[in-house]
Amino acid sequence: MKGWWWKLLAVVLLLYVVVVGLRTPLGPALVHVSIGRIAPGPVSFEATGYNTHFSTDRPQVWLENDGQRWCAAEVNALSEVSFVAQFHVPEGFRANLTSLWASSATDGTVVLREAFYTEGRGDGIAEQLCTAGPDARAGFSFPNRSILNETIRNLFFHVPMWFTMMVLMTIAFWQSLRVLRTGGLDADRMALSAVDVSLLFAALGLLTGSIWARVTWGTWWTSDPKLNGAAVSVLIYAAYLVLRGSVPDPHKRARLAAVYNIFAYVLMMVFIMVLPRLTDSLHPGSGGNPAFNQYDLDSSLRAVFYPAVVGWILLGIWAYTLHSRAARLRSLLDEANDR
Amino acid sequence: MRTAEILHLLKLEWQLDRRQKHAWGSMALYVVSTIYVCYQGVRHIFEVPIWNALFWIILLFAAFNALGRSFQRENAGRQLYLYLLASPRSVVLARTIYNGLTMGVLSLVSLAAYALFIGSSPMNEARLDIFLLVVVVGGIGLAFVLTLISALAARAGNGVGLMAILGFPIVLPMLLSVMKASKLALDGLGWDTTGKYVLWLVLIDLITVALAWLLFPYLWRD
Repeated sequence: MKGWWWKLLAVVLLLYVVVVGLRTPLGPALVHVSIGRIAPGPVSFEATGYNTHFSTDRPQVWLENDGQRWCAAEVNALSEVSFVAQFHVPEGFRANLTSLWASSATDGTVVLREAFYTEGRGDGIAEQLCTAGPDARAGFSFPNRSILNETIRNLFFHVPMWFTMMVLMTIAFWQSLRVLRTGGLDADRMALSAVDVSLLFAALGLLTGSIWARVTWGTWWTSDPKLNGAAVSVLIYAAYLVLRGSVPDPHKRARLAAVYNIFAYVLMMVFIMVLPRLTDSLHPGSGGNPAFNQYDLDSSLRAVFYPAVVGWILLGIWAYTLHSRAARLRSLLDEANDR
Repeated sequence: MRTAEILHLLKLEWQLDRRQKHAWGSMALYVVSTIYVCYQGVRHIFEVPIWNALFWIILLFAAFNALGRSFQRENAGRQLYLYLLASPRSVVLARTIYNGLTMGVLSLVSLAAYALFIGSSPMNEARLDIFLLVVVVGGIGLAFVLTLISALAARAGNGVGLMAILGFPIVLPMLLSVMKASKLALDGLGWDTTGKYVLWLVLIDLITVALAWLLFPYLWRD
């Protein structure tokens, strides 16, 4: 076990992340209604759910507008994931938008916010007391957020990629400091390996992020401080490789590359730490967007996310040690051939 | 590293530049002809964001052009001579300060030429004191960052091309914040909004000088 227990840990954690992260179902949610506006009088519409159990456990259904409830006159389940609800919509709802709620013992309470544009508004209605079921979700499940939906699982892949990249860049920074202190080619090789592997993780982070952005924000790339930071760091390390390529003497190359790496790393870190605080971002946790922590008090995501972070970082370090060992063996071979 | 040494080196830079006046001429000519080409293309610009962005792009290229020669103009013999006489940290500090002053002046000259040709109407609403401060601090910041990069590129023996590749990603964060700050100042916003950007720019400038001071000795010796 000595010396390789952490590799085993990485494998176990990532297996757990892949299996639990992809197999755990999303919690129930309402995702769609067949009409977009309601007016006073009889209204009937079909509502569609996701991972719900409407026919095994027929839900209580009500409208909610500005905190006031109005119950459904009749609810008929068509299947597990859809029901038809009939309302005698009253006159006098206060707010523009009305949300649809459904509650049952199996699924707990689910809601589709801002479901209907509301006509015939006034100063409020005679409120009804519609019974809400217990607010408990059955079993271990991930929160089902609108827009995010199933893509919420990408949290376990996209975010740790960037953490791993940062860790590897920090290793490269540290090795560059060693180059300047000792002048050894060994540290230089290790810095290069760390940069190589960190660029791989950056590419994976860009790929997973780009696809996620397309699904949720509707675009492959936007001008967002976190995206700018990512682009800058990738460009910096690409420039690092170009600089190495243009200096033939290995000792001089080691020193110049180390100087550039230290200079760039410090400025990049300052930039990444400070700039998101200066401007708005689409990412959770900034620019008025809630962070994931605020969303998920049930912490089912955290149970997978933290192991994912540790697992990916360990995998990155593992890849880095392999890469630098291979580089060392290659240089030893070259020396032997030269002799 | 002594203050007297730095002052002496600053004087040396000044004398060198005075002896080769074409250096200043070429910097000014580069900026003015770039601005004139833009003028031929677009005439006047009235939209503040575009006016602002074009100004900083022109200044960025002017900085690359002006500072590219910073470590390349001396031959190996004179470099060795300087190496024997002065400590590397004095050399880099003197050169950073000198380049900062040059770029500070150059950015004001560029602004004057830019306002003359491309139009000054976007400056009508501006808080001029903040805007001019941002222009000068931004120009100095570009000089500070690019001085060490210029030394690196000269050391790698691969002139201006490499300098652009190494410099752009490092300058980019600063350029984004400087554009933002000058845009806010042009919109006429006061210190309470622009202040943190100006502070942040000054902070980057200081960090850059500190890094240049720490790292240059490793570049200097061969």
